[in-house]
Amino acid sequence: MERFVAKGVSKSFGAVEALVDVDFEVDAGEVVALVGDNGAGKSTLIKAISGVQPGDAGEYWFEGEQVEIHTPLDAYRLGIATVYQDLALCDNLDVVANLYLGSELRASGIGGTLRVLDEIAMEQHTLELLGALSVTTLSSVRTEVGSLSGGQRQAVAIARSLIGEPRLVILDEPTAALGISQTAQVLALIERLREQGLAVVVISHNLANVFHVADRIVVLRLGRRAATFDRRTTPQDDVVAAITGASMPRPELLLGPDGTAVSL
Amino acid sequence: MSVLQQPPVVPVPEPAEDEGARRRLLRSLAEGELSALRVVLMLALIWMIFQVQEERFLSSANLTNLILQITSIGLISVGVVLVLLLGEIDLSVGAVSGLCAGVMAVLTVRHGWAPVPAIGAALALGCAIGTFNGFMVVRFGIPSFVVTLAGLLAWQGGLLYVLGSTGTVNLPPGPITDLAGTFYGAAAGWAIVAVAVAFHTLLAVRRQRRRAAAGLPSAGMARVVAGSVLLTATLGAAVMVFGADRGVPLAALILVGFVALFSWLTEDTLFGRHLFATGGSVEAARRAGIKVDNVRIVVFALCSTMAAAGGVMAASRLLAVNQSSGGSDTLLLSIAGPVIAGVSLFGGRGRVWAALLGALVIGSISNGMDLLALTSSVKYMITGAVLLVAVTIDALARRQRNLAGRH
Ligand SMILES: Nc1ncnc2c1ncn2[C@@H]1O[C@H](COP(=O)(O)OP(=O)(O)OP(=O)(O)O)[C@@H](O)[C@H]1O
Ligand SMILES: [Mg+2]
Repeated sequence: MERFVAKGVSKSFGAVEALVDVDFEVDAGEVVALVGDNGAGKSTLIKAISGVQPGDAGEYWFEGEQVEIHTPLDAYRLGIATVYQDLALCDNLDVVANLYLGSELRASGIGGTLRVLDEIAMEQHTLELLGALSVTTLSSVRTEVGSLSGGQRQAVAIARSLIGEPRLVILDEPTAALGISQTAQVLALIERLREQGLAVVVISHNLANVFHVADRIVVLRLGRRAATFDRRTTPQDDVVAAITGASMPRPELLLGPDGTAVSL
Repeated sequence: MSVLQQPPVVPVPEPAEDEGARRRLLRSLAEGELSALRVVLMLALIWMIFQVQEERFLSSANLTNLILQITSIGLISVGVVLVLLLGEIDLSVGAVSGLCAGVMAVLTVRHGWAPVPAIGAALALGCAIGTFNGFMVVRFGIPSFVVTLAGLLAWQGGLLYVLGSTGTVNLPPGPITDLAGTFYGAAAGWAIVAVAVAFHTLLAVRRQRRRAAAGLPSAGMARVVAGSVLLTATLGAAVMVFGADRGVPLAALILVGFVALFSWLTEDTLFGRHLFATGGSVEAARRAGIKVDNVRIVVFALCSTMAAAGGVMAASRLLAVNQSSGGSDTLLLSIAGPVIAGVSLFGGRGRVWAALLGALVIGSISNGMDLLALTSSVKYMITGAVLLVAVTIDALARRQRNLAGRH
């Protein structure tokens, strides 16, 4: 049973068919890369799954159970967390405050009634979480996020998405703005998520990164699912060909939706 | 399996990409822990300058006067800080303080209301006006600048209307005038210092203990002791100065009490966290599920309520409400104070204590220039120059941050 399955997702903006009958699936402990040219529909698919911008059509299954996703809250309750490209962090707040933004822990007793924050518990959990993710480049979790580097900010955003204990994490272009060493940090972080048994979806234009981190590669082209590859057996050129539509990928490399090789 | 249930591995602090000790110092002076120190230094400088020119400046009689002069502005500034933290502005605070004081005066003097309900009515009116301001900003997306600019005019008109043809309402001696006219003797003053220091120390010790118990880095007892000593010295000096004149003014206690209350609200509570988040990035706050509209409305309501409190205080000190109550420079000074003391006009950065420190700076300049018998023209120009310098520092700090933020 796949952790998350989407079937027949469609979405049009007026005359533009951004998504046409797209199926998508990701399993626990698996990293799926979602690739495609600009305007291929990647962000639109992610927005549908995370409830930010529901699709016109589409059915979803979470751990074998059919579910409805109409709002971000629906997705959140199911355990779907999305890290958007712009990260949505508050630069004026420290790492702890950003991690718990909107889900702050409150003190117990009279302090709870007065809605006093439990800074100690939040700081403790932040340290634990960052430790579990092997994020070691922060000198203090009380640093203002605005003063962090791009990679550190990305790490904070990813850690933040884990506060609600999600089971599917979606990352939109997590390495787009990063240098080499910071990209390596974020990719290591993604591998850590897989080790934790999470289902992970990564959107990226950088095929080197995709090949570094993904188990499967799903190619969208003009709003349709063009191809699916197993990272271990596919040469990069074949993925490029599928993205640009230059030629049909070699059939022996294609995988069916069930993950087995398609025989033509 | 949950990520949160992993065995805790405390991250090894690596030397962060170094930004240079000098820049770090500059940055912390501009915005960090040291920004309060910067204001205190500025205040010391101002006091020195005036003391050299006029030896009565640092006399206990004049310092007591100074405190009485700044209570009203300080209270209004507390609300202004909240609005500034949101990244908004409230230009109607002066007019609202005048109108609410006018309503209180008319209710007591002409309609025979008891003082306490009349003060309550003034505060409630302030709260209602603020709620209206917030609603207009949130519901119709009108910039707060415009909504409150309209309010500035309208509420000034409201004051003229409630005062009627006489234009002035004198307050008879009573509980309202006692707010600014009550002074406590040295014994009471020292008792207050003892309670405040004990309370502060207890909280600080408890905090350090709990952090240590949770395995978190704590600043250590030396820091707690240093803080308590500093607090004792400050409060003790204040009590001695006040004691040499009329005693500890009730007005000062009210101001410090409100500052402490709102400090706690902004720094220790959920509401405060959401306020800072909204001021830092509305979009991030919204996506995090924070009801940013509610935060905004509450902040505008609190701001106007504090403006009303400031108006009541001003009426109490001047023993009257007249057509110029809350007018002239009330608005400008109550905004200039916090900005001078380091509250960012761009939202998300600053502390409520800046209301008190800023009022002290602004009030000292104005009081000193009065002692030197400078003309209004000079006074306005100097105050304007100080404000400009402060805002420039804010803008520079912001640019520094944007450069350092690398994105
Ligand atoms: N809100 C919208 N209104 C109208 N058209 C839209 C909207 N959002 C997306 N589209 C269109 O849908 C198509 C798919 O867009 P989408 O953002 O999903 O592409 P993408 O694969 O994420 O591209 P990129 O790599 O550039 O981020 C594009 O043709 C785009 O113009
Ligand atoms: Mg996109």
